[in-house]
Amino acid sequence: MKAIKDYIQRLFLWEMFKGLNITGRYLFKKKITVQYPEEKTPQSHRFRGHHALRRYPNGEERCIACKLCEAVCPALAITIEAEQRADGTRRTTRYDIDLTKCIFCGYCEESCPVDSIVETRHFEYHGEQHGDLIMTKEKLLALGDKLEPQLAADRAYDAKYR
Amino acid sequence: MPEIRNYTLNFGPQHPAAHGVLRLVLELDGEVIERTDPHIGLLHRGTEKLAESKPFNQSLPYMDRLDYVSMMCNEHAYVMAIERLMGTKVPIRAQYIRVMFDEVTRILNHLMWLGAHALDIGAMSVFLYAFREREDLVDCYEAVSGARMHAAYYRPGGVYRDLPDKMPHYKASQWHNDKEVKELNESRQGSLLDFLEDFTQRFPKLVDEYETLLTDNRIWKQRTVDIGIVSPERALNLGFSGPMLRGSGIAWDLRKKQPYEVYDKLDFDIPIGVNGDSYDRYLVRMEEMRQSNKIVKQCINWLRNNPGSVMVDDHKVAPPNRETMKGDMEGLIHHFKLFTEGYCVPEGQVYQAVEHPKGEFGIYLVSDGANKPYRLKIRAPGFAHLASINEMAKGHMIADIVAIIGTQDIVFGEVDR
Repeated sequence: MKAIKDYIQRLFLWEMFKGLNITGRYLFKKKITVQYPEEKTPQSHRFRGHHALRRYPNGEERCIACKLCEAVCPALAITIEAEQRADGTRRTTRYDIDLTKCIFCGYCEESCPVDSIVETRHFEYHGEQHGDLIMTKEKLLALGDKLEPQLAADRAYDAKYR
Repeated sequence: MPEIRNYTLNFGPQHPAAHGVLRLVLELDGEVIERTDPHIGLLHRGTEKLAESKPFNQSLPYMDRLDYVSMMCNEHAYVMAIERLMGTKVPIRAQYIRVMFDEVTRILNHLMWLGAHALDIGAMSVFLYAFREREDLVDCYEAVSGARMHAAYYRPGGVYRDLPDKMPHYKASQWHNDKEVKELNESRQGSLLDFLEDFTQRFPKLVDEYETLLTDNRIWKQRTVDIGIVSPERALNLGFSGPMLRGSGIAWDLRKKQPYEVYDKLDFDIPIGVNGDSYDRYLVRMEEMRQSNKIVKQCINWLRNNPGSVMVDDHKVAPPNRETMKGDMEGLIHHFKLFTEGYCVPEGQVYQAVEHPKGEFGIYLVSDGANKPYRLKIRAPGFAHLASINEMAKGHMIADIVAIIGTQDIVFGEVDR
């Protein structure tokens, strides 16, 4: 009996129609496509994207050139040079991140004792030549200034987990 | 009668069905494969050697990049090897989180495999559906770690951060108005666990859909049944593990045979095949997705009811939290010590294997007591599987080589390391 049933089902392409039933139903369902540039997928507040350097609310840069991020970076993407400033504080004179080397592990942010270097939610960037992706201190601070409200909010929310 | 010479064909490394950078030199007799010679190493990055020059914690992000479709399982083997050498006791909540994400990773890997394998053999729609489900799971990855693929989430001594209590939401745009966005965000109202639970409830039905599309489908069967048969004895001798071994009918699963973390407290079954052909391995992997789903559900239930620490409270291994680091001198010293020189692992050697989605993924770690490994050897399951391709493909048609590569679930990150 089963053999006959199987034969008839095979003859009339039964399993094909079952498959087509599924794809056919999806044809008329609401699409899940996200129309990318205008619309984006939800992004976690822990997202690790492009780096930035932050400042204190009074405008002073946070980084004190302790070089922990340089030491912990698995890809050796960070280069720091430091000097004493005229007011006697220690600051970086050079803070380069080579984004072509960076593996976005987030260790720099984890290691930073003053919450200066952070990985932001910014992920849409490009470079047209190699040098464009070496981020200098100025570029990183500028991005940090631009994104500060978001950065502060994300860090404040995540504080209880870290 | 003229003599017919064998024809040599280069398959890959740029072939879309070569799953990355596999180059096969095929010796053909007409359309029948006489000999298959895999050429590997095009994605060699020297992870093992690299690890020798870095403190233990810094090699962790590189583990993600081995098998780049099952990231957290690679990390798991590495952190467990370090923990065993150091004798670190991991908090139970961290163990549950790790097991949960191992199983999420298994589903991720099998969905990727299913989509790619089906696409290679000619079933397009499964690929689209599989990636739709993957999207939800990589969102979970992103929610806990901040990265959709290379998580760097497991750490020696636990996991980096506890699970977040909210999920990010879709925002309204010109394409979707507020009402539609509200529908999209329905499952994202609660915590990560709520989101994942919603997924586990939807998922078995979706696996049924994939099975409706493929399991009985005559084209799928023609392409997979009796392709690449491996007998149980040969599977053992070839060093197979994971679904490749279970597809041949050997019930071997490290989660059952040598339970690590909390697998011995969870209820799940391991599926095995009968004939050892591509079709059986497909069935095994489909069932594994269902079983993983079951494990994830159990972990969610446990994690809901048992809050607690997710990192070992030993600042010689794990850095103190931000508050302690900023307010306490000793905490700051620990922080600086850990992020510059790391920790020293006692002299000794250890082999730690986990049941990776592809098979037995092992880390053999030799420490000479320094803060860097003396030697790190990675046992990648894909390497042993790929080594058998000559035997599996012999006598098959050239189109079947694609099905065989697919059924082996090769990922070059781990084969070439």
